[in-house]
Amino acid sequence: MKIVVLVKSVPDTESKIKIGADGTSIDPQGLKFIMNPYDEFAVEEGLRIKERLKDDTTVVAVSMGPERAVEVLRTALAMGADDAIHVSDPAFEGGDAQANARVLAEVIRPLSPDLILGGKQAIDYDAAQVCPAIAEYLGMPQALIVSELKISDDKKVATARRRVEGGDEMVEMTLPALVTCEKGLNEPRYASLPGIMKAKKKEIKKVGLADLPLKAESVGAAGSKTKVVKYHNLPERPPVKMIAGDAAAQAAELVRLLREEAKVI
Amino acid sequence: MQFPLTEEQRLIQTTAREFADNEIAPVADKHNREGVFPADLVKRMGQLGFLGMLVPETYGGNGIGNFGLVLALEEVNRACASTGVTMSVQNSLVCAPIVHFGSAALKKKYLPKLASGEFLGAYALSEPGSGSDAAGLVASAVKDGDSFVLNGTKNFITTGAEADVVIAMLRTDPSHKTRGITAFIVESGWEGFAVGKKEDKLGLRSSSTVQLVFEDMRVPAANILGEVGIGFKIAMHTLDGGRIGIAAQAVGIAQACLDASVKYAEEREAFDQQIGKFQAIQFKLANMATKIEASRLLVYNAARLKDAGQPHGKEAAMAKLFASEASNDAAREAVQIHGGAGYLEDFSVERYFRDARITEIYEGTSEIQRIVIARHVLKNLR
Repeated sequence: MKIVVLVKSVPDTESKIKIGADGTSIDPQGLKFIMNPYDEFAVEEGLRIKERLKDDTTVVAVSMGPERAVEVLRTALAMGADDAIHVSDPAFEGGDAQANARVLAEVIRPLSPDLILGGKQAIDYDAAQVCPAIAEYLGMPQALIVSELKISDDKKVATARRRVEGGDEMVEMTLPALVTCEKGLNEPRYASLPGIMKAKKKEIKKVGLADLPLKAESVGAAGSKTKVVKYHNLPERPPVKMIAGDAAAQAAELVRLLREEAKVI
Repeated sequence: MQFPLTEEQRLIQTTAREFADNEIAPVADKHNREGVFPADLVKRMGQLGFLGMLVPETYGGNGIGNFGLVLALEEVNRACASTGVTMSVQNSLVCAPIVHFGSAALKKKYLPKLASGEFLGAYALSEPGSGSDAAGLVASAVKDGDSFVLNGTKNFITTGAEADVVIAMLRTDPSHKTRGITAFIVESGWEGFAVGKKEDKLGLRSSSTVQLVFEDMRVPAANILGEVGIGFKIAMHTLDGGRIGIAAQAVGIAQACLDASVKYAEEREAFDQQIGKFQAIQFKLANMATKIEASRLLVYNAARLKDAGQPHGKEAAMAKLFASEASNDAAREAVQIHGGAGYLEDFSVERYFRDARITEIYEGTSEIQRIVIARHVLKNLR
């Protein structure tokens, strides 16, 4: 099997996000970047399938983004991925989810993967659109937000458990297919030190616009139908008001405040 | 701290940090309170390669070297200094001398198992009657045919209760103080090897420190490290490297103190504001941060020199001296910032305060470090 895993470099969950001076970007100064946590589940799942099959299955990590994407790819290699592709070109800058999916689909198409794995969403913009759009461009079935995945012995069918409102849904798909990974699918491994040393020696392939059958006007900002107009900070949370008195007095005061101050009842 | 690390170094640091934060830190207080040796964690660290960082790939290690080692040690020690010292001893005091001085047969026999964590190791130099005066050791090894017969007691042996192999310095020639010492690799399963008293310590309570007793223990001559009579040289060379590890440990403890203090200063309120808004607290934090950064640079420099194969005895001693004192300053201030809460075992700073103390004592006291440094400075005075 050939498994493609999509990984993205995102700000660490503990980072304090600052809006850039232009109001339409995130200020990367002082931010620490990590592999998108949901993508870690995707890498782990790809590696587990490979280890289970014990055949010539390969896992290829693909990341689109600035130079810092290389570090995320290196992490995927250190965890055990066989190859890595860094998709980067000045022409790709400012692309929305659809434009980026268009690029990634063309990067992945010649690899003819049997399975594409990605995170259920990236924790930076939380759009959760790139993976499903890739499946659409490549004309393959998709199962999103998957917490359990089985590949049939003949490697032709994937069975996925999806988290849906109020329960789970079991989906069966013919491969090739795309799956996005949810927490609970597995416990991602740590990159081992020998893995890090091995990853250091591996080449990360660069792919740019010139390598793809795409025109400049269909990628990046030029190929995007959406545009970020402005980011806003979350409003400061108002202070908490403590209500004193016995239970009856507290209840009465609460009702009064909900009616007169909050005006919700 | 902003320091230009390579991609590989950043990955090593990140892996160590994640392992320390996710696996070690959550159980550190409990392990230390109960005095439990974290055998499972150490085993997993071995599987991830953290115990074979100075062992070449040909002998089952990853050959990352001292710089990568200090990056990882700082992270592990930030979570738990007991786990940190186990890791430091295995890498710097057990694997490193075998790599440097061991015969091909000894390397092949012991290094792969030590690097993977299948075997744990200890380093036995101190005795009831000799600590800083290491060459005053009296435990003896007497030649008898193709083997040596060992007798004596070793004191304060880290990981001694769990060790499968021990690098032990024994007196083979009573007529010469330093050149009468020989280093042996002994196995704890051999007849005549006994684990004595387990010490009840102020800190590092989830690392074992024991007395080892050798009683008519027969050791094949093939298990001599290097050759007869160079044991003291091996011991000193090994401690030069070990000191860098302990300095990294001190930085890790100090960083843990700062992290806890910053968090507390931002949360705790007194006189209607967060205590971090008081200059008295700010100055403490600024001093801690500055000493930590200086310590870390000394550690990085010593590790870098060692990896480059350059003399590093003075730099290692300086790093150990400065970092261990900075660590104790940081621990004292961390407790002070926490006030009464810092005196309770509910807060980890109480553990950091107890753990920091040993960094000024073991692998050469601060006084010994000053002597080492002074000898390097006073080159012409002998």
